[in-house]
Amino acid sequence: MTYVLYLVRRTVTLVPVLLGITVIVFLLINLVPGDPAATLLGTRATTEGIAALRAQLGLDDPLWRQYLAFLGHVLTGDLGHSFFYNSGVGALIATSITPTLWLIGAGVLFALLISVPLAVWAASRRNGPADNVIRVVPMIGLGMPAFWVGIILVWVLGLKAGLFPVSGFGTTYLVHAQSIILPGLTVAVSLVPILVRSLRASLVDVLGSDYVTTARAKGLSTSRVVLGHALRNAAISSVTVLGVNIAYLVGSTLVVEKVFALPGVGMLMINAIFNRDFPVVQGVTMLFAVMVVVVNLSTDLLHAALDPRVQLA
Amino acid sequence: MTAVGMPGLPGRSLATGRLRARRGGARNLPLTVGVALFALLVAAAVFAPLLTSADPVQQDLVNGLLPPGSPGHLLGTDQLGRDVLARLLYGARIDLRVGVLAVLTPFVVGTALGLLTGWFGGWFDTVVMRVVDMVVAFPFFVLVIALVFALGPGTTSIFVAISLVGWVAYARIVRGEVLVAKEQEYALAARASGLPTWRILFRHLLPNVVLQAVIYSMSDIVLSILAIVTLGYLGLGVPPPTPDWGSMIQEGQQFILTQWYLPTLPGLAVVVTGLALALIADGLVERFGRR
Repeated sequence: MTYVLYLVRRTVTLVPVLLGITVIVFLLINLVPGDPAATLLGTRATTEGIAALRAQLGLDDPLWRQYLAFLGHVLTGDLGHSFFYNSGVGALIATSITPTLWLIGAGVLFALLISVPLAVWAASRRNGPADNVIRVVPMIGLGMPAFWVGIILVWVLGLKAGLFPVSGFGTTYLVHAQSIILPGLTVAVSLVPILVRSLRASLVDVLGSDYVTTARAKGLSTSRVVLGHALRNAAISSVTVLGVNIAYLVGSTLVVEKVFALPGVGMLMINAIFNRDFPVVQGVTMLFAVMVVVVNLSTDLLHAALDPRVQLA
Repeated sequence: MTAVGMPGLPGRSLATGRLRARRGGARNLPLTVGVALFALLVAAAVFAPLLTSADPVQQDLVNGLLPPGSPGHLLGTDQLGRDVLARLLYGARIDLRVGVLAVLTPFVVGTALGLLTGWFGGWFDTVVMRVVDMVVAFPFFVLVIALVFALGPGTTSIFVAISLVGWVAYARIVRGEVLVAKEQEYALAARASGLPTWRILFRHLLPNVVLQAVIYSMSDIVLSILAIVTLGYLGLGVPPPTPDWGSMIQEGQQFILTQWYLPTLPGLAVVVTGLALALIADGLVERFGRR
């Protein structure tokens, strides 16, 4: 019952954040220098066209009325209409969300597969050579542009070794799975430095605690102690770290989709930018923010459910 | 905690906690190496005209795609015959300058807001922190790209976009520090002695809380350089033909099989810059402790 209350309270606190997201996305169009309608139409601008677009966007209304209209549309599920595709933004997002979700899933999966063993290795041989290497390598990783990592992976694993497809998403699940390997690895490379460092730190922490000493005193082998006892508790904090960095993860999919020509929402946004298709840019920006909020909420709820020490009050 | 957040620095401070007391500045290897590396990069950018006589934007189509080591072109030329070394060095000028300068406004604004919200609390604190919650909901790159798109490409837009997004991290960090610091004895003493509030804030609190913001600013510079090269890669950054590492990677991408160094070298330049700043941050943590 307390958990249900916590769930409700935690969800209610999201309302102002979600409203804030709509305010920021709404204000984007007002940052366009000069007359947004003229800028949006660019070379296609005619006097009538500008007037029609100003009317369509409601640019002649006062700002607060424009916002209320925008909010009303968003709340009724209307994310606007694409100038370029002549189709609803919601529908466009719905057709391109699948590759993005695959990419996020693959990124998280690969990141965990790489960082958990590395962190365990480093923490169980603390201050040894492997530990020092694992502490320094993430510093290099943090400065790597995701798109550059993608290009290097394409070169080494895709083109030279010929192991994986280097672009597109295919039409069958098998091709989806093959096509997502390199982009997934690219996303993982930018997550691993963060994950390894925090997982290693919490493992070192846990390995110093009394119950681990007890386990050791019982005569259990190091691997039993680390894998059976310590990792489980250290994993909880990693879930939180992953949740905190989900914004970074989701953001990096944008440019990674561009490198691998994955037809996801990131690609949709980049194409929309070059077509000056403002409603699509707004819609996808909002989608990204909402995704982050939802994932953050889920990790919080998961954390509260897993860790009995979390205060639900 | 936006984007890269604090790049795992807690792990480091935990590991070195017990050793810290005995370590002086002289033996602080990360700080020494980091500062030296960063100074080298800045020097390369500042003295670019002395290090190469080549013009980074001068095209020479006959001599396009020359391999490294060609006469007069130490690192070869790109598809338009422009000297790669010159473009790397002049690219450093753009990317390092914009990267460092873009962090200044968020640093000052965020630190000031963090000080004020942490000290005064109340409705002002609530309002500012709600705005922080809204901004951090957006992935950093997505919001910066959307803002630059709205403002139009170019250096000014990049500054404005990074400033609009970047201040939130500083506000959060400094506010948290102030909440702790204002209950400490020196702050209570300063308050009890009847000093004016601005004096307590700027003379007593600020020097004690600013360090964490400075440490964070190192990874924030990396983040803003990453944002600039990402924008350059997407064609939204510094307009051509001005050299920028991001657009160099984008232009070199198609030649990866034959001229692998074209997209690889500018990326390595970003990585080395990131490493230098991460080492400085790490060294500062080791020197002064925490986070």
